[in-house]
Order: sequence, then structure tokens, then C-alpha cells
Amino acid sequence: MTAILIVDDSASMRQMVAFTLKGAGYDVEEAVDGADGLRKAKGKAFNVVITDVNMPNMDGITLIKELRALPGYKFTPLLLLTTESADDKKQSGKAAGATGWMVKPFNPEQLLATIKKVSG
Amino acid sequence: MTIDMSKFLDTFFEESAEGLDAMESGLLNMQEGAADDELINTIFRAAHSIKGGSATFGLSEVAEFTHHMETLLDEMRAGKRAASRDVVDVLLESVDCLRAMLAASKNGDVNDPARAKTLGERMGRMLGAPVAGVVHADATHAAADAAGHGWSVVFRPHAHLYRTGNDPVRMLRELAELGDYKVACDTARLPRFADVQPEECVLAWTVELRGDIPEKNVREVFDWVEGDCDLSIEAIRGDTANGARGAPCEQTPAREQKAAEPDIKLKTPDAKVPTQDPRAASETTSIRVGIDKVDALINMVGELVITQSMLGQVGKDFDMSRVEKLMHGLAQLERNTRELQESVMRIRMMPISFAFQRFPRMVRDLSQKLTKKIDLRMSGEQTELDKTVMEKIGDPLVHLVRNSVDHGIEMPDARRAAGKSETGIVTLNAFHQGGNIVIEIKDDGAGLPRDKIIAKARKQGLLGADEEPGDDKVFELIFMAGFSTADQVTDVSGRGVGMDVVRKNIKALGGTVEVKSENGRGSTFTIRLPLTLAILDGQLVSVGEQTYIVPLVSIVETLQMKKEAISAIAGRAELYRLRDEYIPVLRLYNLFCIEPRQTELVGGLLVVVEGDGKRVGLFVDDLQNQQQVVIKSLESNFKRVPGVSGATILGDGTVALILDVGGVIDASRQATSPKGFGKKPAQVRAA
Repeated sequence: MTAILIVDDSASMRQMVAFTLKGAGYDVEEAVDGADGLRKAKGKAFNVVITDVNMPNMDGITLIKELRALPGYKFTPLLLLTTESADDKKQSGKAAGATGWMVKPFNPEQLLATIKKVSG
Repeated sequence: MTIDMSKFLDTFFEESAEGLDAMESGLLNMQEGAADDELINTIFRAAHSIKGGSATFGLSEVAEFTHHMETLLDEMRAGKRAASRDVVDVLLESVDCLRAMLAASKNGDVNDPARAKTLGERMGRMLGAPVAGVVHADATHAAADAAGHGWSVVFRPHAHLYRTGNDPVRMLRELAELGDYKVACDTARLPRFADVQPEECVLAWTVELRGDIPEKNVREVFDWVEGDCDLSIEAIRGDTANGARGAPCEQTPAREQKAAEPDIKLKTPDAKVPTQDPRAASETTSIRVGIDKVDALINMVGELVITQSMLGQVGKDFDMSRVEKLMHGLAQLERNTRELQESVMRIRMMPISFAFQRFPRMVRDLSQKLTKKIDLRMSGEQTELDKTVMEKIGDPLVHLVRNSVDHGIEMPDARRAAGKSETGIVTLNAFHQGGNIVIEIKDDGAGLPRDKIIAKARKQGLLGADEEPGDDKVFELIFMAGFSTADQVTDVSGRGVGMDVVRKNIKALGGTVEVKSENGRGSTFTIRLPLTLAILDGQLVSVGEQTYIVPLVSIVETLQMKKEAISAIAGRAELYRLRDEYIPVLRLYNLFCIEPRQTELVGGLLVVVEGDGKRVGLFVDDLQNQQQVVIKSLESNFKRVPGVSGATILGDGTVALILDVGGVIDASRQATSPKGFGKKPAQVRAA
């Protein structure tokens, strides 16, 4: 089963994403910030990681940088959740090693389509 | 797949409320001009989360409004904008506005858009940018140009593509979904097998896509790999495409439709909200509990299970030789139960900072309004108390802090004249003392105007003209209904409702409030509250067949009455001389109209209790043990009974009433002759 890690400091966002993905049969784990996400990612091999950008303790960009440096996450799809459609966030995300991004607001259908795209 | 977003709304509202609180306290901590990075980041993150959530959950007004705040904060974060007073003010107002908007959405009320609009425009002017429609910019897609025939795509990934987590196969698969698709692989860069680097991408592809596909859809496939590949997308010319239009193309319009109407599904939560129960709005129905508390609980239950199985073993083939083991097990069970009870109670405990956090803002706003300079200091914010107590103590606290700010602290020039610093200090302090939490509200202002209070009391007939009461008695007067000494009725206070209500509310929680004041040095209000409303340390007393519980906190002492100290004055009031004080004796059996075992005062037991600063002695038959009792509300299970604050169930299964000492004292003061709460006390006595 595809294991997905969702990292977001907003509980409602996390719940929505986790609920949608679990409903579609994915194995989902949640982390509350970058540091938590990194710890969880080290403990288990996830097939996809979705992370928010702005979080306390460790932001999403740093998380992606750290993850990409791990041997187990060299090729793993790492997605950024961002409200900023502005290019600079996307570019710094890409530079850190992000696979792609999803622009908030997105609806469950868009989320599932994106996950299907990267995990299939 | 359709997902009902409304189920996440409650979580969203809850976390937004937390976010707003964080923003508010962050903004208040922001020193003018000097913006601390971490502080701005925290505020920014809160705004950002609210914006993201509200957009996702269909609260587009909120999202749009928050967007301005976010932009403003983002500029501050980037150092492009100083944290001037104007900016902080407008952001603080926006926090209030957002709170109102979210509350309106939560309760299904219609929000007044004017306020948000005005504030939005103010922020817009600050930003120097047009206001409307920013959030939706990426939702409204530009009309894509349709090429009509199809596209020829040359996709040549750079060697490092895999290391971005992207896979060309995915993109090819997506292209295949767009239309009729023909692919050719270019293996020209493939090295000799010995030189192959498995982590590098060396292949390239040429894809011929036929069908009526918007260029945007094709470009979207490669959105994430821009810069990681050489890409050319060219329209195919000519009529050859016509024949190729087949079934796969029909997916395209369907996809387009989805993309063009992302808003429709998002609207549903909005429509759902009004059906929620509006009564649920003001009370929080869930609490956050620290993991350590839950762990402790689980640990405790584990031990309980062990004890239970141990007792089970003992009971299986029991004989007298195992009595000791049984006793041991029961003792352990008792310990487990007590610890479990304590742990469960701790779950309801929250730090008082939840009640304190609104004050920095309030004091700031009030001092601006009153043009006073006030420094608010808080300590003991981590002191824990029961959640229910916390919710109910909020309003009285607000009132007292307002009072300190309005009446207590003087105007800057008056302070200077009095040789004090222009900036007044209001201190909030909380700490545990015994089984109580004590909250102090202290100011270094002028103190209570003793003469004014006396004059006013004389005018109202509360004091005799020649009476010269002590400080304690004077300051007690401010807790009387309709008593205000403010020269002018201001917005802030002085409407004459207040201190009596404050005392009433605190009393309802089983607490007390006292005031100490020193002329020119300031006054201190001290609130004492029980840590919890669910459990009470009580003294069990017997009267006739009945057992009553007297809260331990209100008991001053217990004594056996001596003949020479008892005196009866005219009427039938009986007094007992305790050292230098005469204390009215209250026969509990009269109060509750029951048959006592003892009617003779001499040698009888007197429980001296104190409430509202008054003392009475309760005459009882016997004292039993002291124990913690779980309070069951009489009001919710039966009805309110004067003199009784609740009931509990004793170890033997009988119900015992818990005395409301304040109520009992009131009754004793009103009654010049012993008179019960019952209807026909005389008859009962005669029986």
C-alpha cells in the first residue's frame, strides 16, 4: 500500500488531506511540523511526502532539503502545499529538491489526482 | 469521490481561534519599529494557515480578507515594511474583524461585510495595491487557446531529473490521458552498458498528441519539471489530425470542466453551517490535553488492571489464610482508584493563561482610550485550574482588570504630581494555595477612595451618620449592589452594576473575593477559587438519621459547647461566646426540619463555619469522618434547594446533601427565630 506522510501545522488541513487519502485507500501518517515530519520520515519509508511551507520549528523547504539528502528519499516524490502561487516559493522549493507543488485551495479531487499522478 | 468538507470546519474554527489569539498576543508584543523576526513569523504563519484553511473550506470572504493581512505581514517579514503603530493597529483591528467573521460563519449568522471591506481597503491603501479579487486570481483560468489539431512534444529530461522525485513515465502517462498519443523514444544519449549511471536520466521522448487539447493542459503536465528538462511543444498543422479524433479525446472536455469550476464544491460547507446548533457556540466542547496527562492515565489504568487480576486470583479459591493478601490487594485498589481520580481530574485542568491572554489587548485598548499609561504584568500563568471554573471566572476577571485600569490607575499628570512613575502598573498573579487557586489583581494607583465610599454609603443609608467603620468594612461596601464611586459614568465602568455581580459570580463558583487598599499606594483584589467544581473536601456531620457534608474550607473550628459560653437573647436567638466573639448558633435540625438525637446545647457539638466574612455555629448531633466527595448537581437532577449546594453519594450508597454555608448563614440572619426551610417546622418539632 502506498504510504503517504502529510506534514502541516494546521490540524484542519491535515485532517482533510488525511481523510481524503485514507478514503482512497492510502496509508496516511500525519506530522505537525517539519521537525516532526523529518523524524517520522526517518522511521518509515514513505512513498510520497506532502508538506506545508510555513510551519514552526522547521519549514517545508528545509524539510524537503533534509529529506532529499537522505538515501531513502533520493527519488521519492516530495510535494509542497502552498498558498503562494508566486514563483519564488516554487523555485526555492524546487531548488530544495521538491518534486512538485499543490496550490491551496485545492479540493479533494485535485489532491487525489495529484497523488495518483506521482504514486502510480 | 465527493467529500463533505463541513466535518473539518469545527477543527478549522478551533485552530483559527488559537491562531487569532497567537496573532493578537504577537502583535501586542511587537515593539514599535523593531520587529522581531520570530514574532512576525509566528503571526504570519497564523494568518497564512487561516487563509489556506478558509479558502479550502469555502469561506472565501475570510480568505480574501486574510490575504491582505498576510501580504502586509509578508512585507514586514521580508523587512520591506516597518512594524509601525499604524500597521499594528490595523492588524489588531483585523484580528477582531476576522474573529467576528469566523464566529458568524460558525454560527451561520450573516456577517456584516462593511467592516471587513473598510479594513480591507485600509490595508489595500497601505499596500498601495488594488484590493479585489487577489485570491481568486489563480482559480480563474485564462481562456486557453485551442490548437485544434494537436501537439508535437519533444521532452528531453536533464540527467538529474530522477533526483527531483519526478519520473518521465508519469508525464508520458499523463500525456496519454490527454488525447490520441504516439510516442517515440530517443536513445541516442544511452551510454555503453559499462558506463551506465543508473541514477541518471539519459532518454528523451517525442510525443505526438492528437486531438482538440488546450496548450495549457499540455504545459501543465510539465509544470513541475520546468528547468529540469528541454521541452518543446509545437502545434501540429494540417488536416491529418481530423481522422485521429477518437474516444480518448472525450476525456478532455470533462477535465476542463472540472478545472473551470473548482468553486462549486467548495461552497457546500457554507450552506451547511447554519444548521449547526447555535447554542454550542459559546461553550467549547472539546479540550486539548497534554500527552503526558493521557499517558499517566493509561499507566494508571494498566495498574488497575493488574490489581484487578491480582484480586481475582485471591478470590478464586479463597480461605482465611489469604486474608492478608486480600487486604493488601484492596489497599492497592484504593491507591489506584485515588490516583486514577487525580489523573482524570488533571485532564480538566488548564493553565490560567487561557483566561489571562485577553488582558494585554484589553489593557492596551483601554489605556489608549483613557489616555493613561499602563504596564500590565502577569505571573503564574501556568497555574492550572478546572476548565469550567476558568470559563466562568473570565467575566469577573475582566471586570476587575477594567476597574483597576479605569478607577485604580491615575492619569499620568496626577501620578507625576504624586511622585510616582507616569506609567501605572497592573499586576495579575495566580498561584495555588492549599486546595485553592488564588488570583490577585493589583494596581499601584490611588487606592480605593475611602472618604468617597463612606459619603456615598451614608447617602444611600448603608451607614449611619456617626458610624466610623474600619477599612475592611468600608471596602466591603463596594461589593454592594448599585454602588459606584466613579465621578462620571464612562464607557469603561461606573454604571453601578459590577462589583456585586462579580462577587455573586465568584460565590457561585464556591470562591471568595476580597479587597485590600492603601491610600495612594493602590489596591489589591484577591480571588480565591476551588481548583475544581467536581470534587470537594468535606466534613461529614450527622443530624438525626441524616448525614450532611460541610465543605472543609468553610469550617473554622469544631468544639464541644460549654454551658457558661451559651447565652440566649430575646426572641430565641442563641449565641455562643467563642473567645471574644459572639457567634449565632444555628440548629441544623430546625433548618431542615428533621428529628434530632440531641437538642441540648450543653455538651453538644458546634461546627463553626465562615462564609461571606460572617461566622455562625452549626449545631449537629455528631461528627463523622472527613473525606473527598464527588459533587452531584441538585439543580440538574432535581431543583435548586436553598442552603444546599449539591449532593453526593456516600460509600454505603446513601445520598448526603452538601451544605451551602453562605446560604445557611443568610437563612440564619434573616430568621430572628429559628425557622426552617421546610414549610411546617413547628409540626415537625411537635412530632
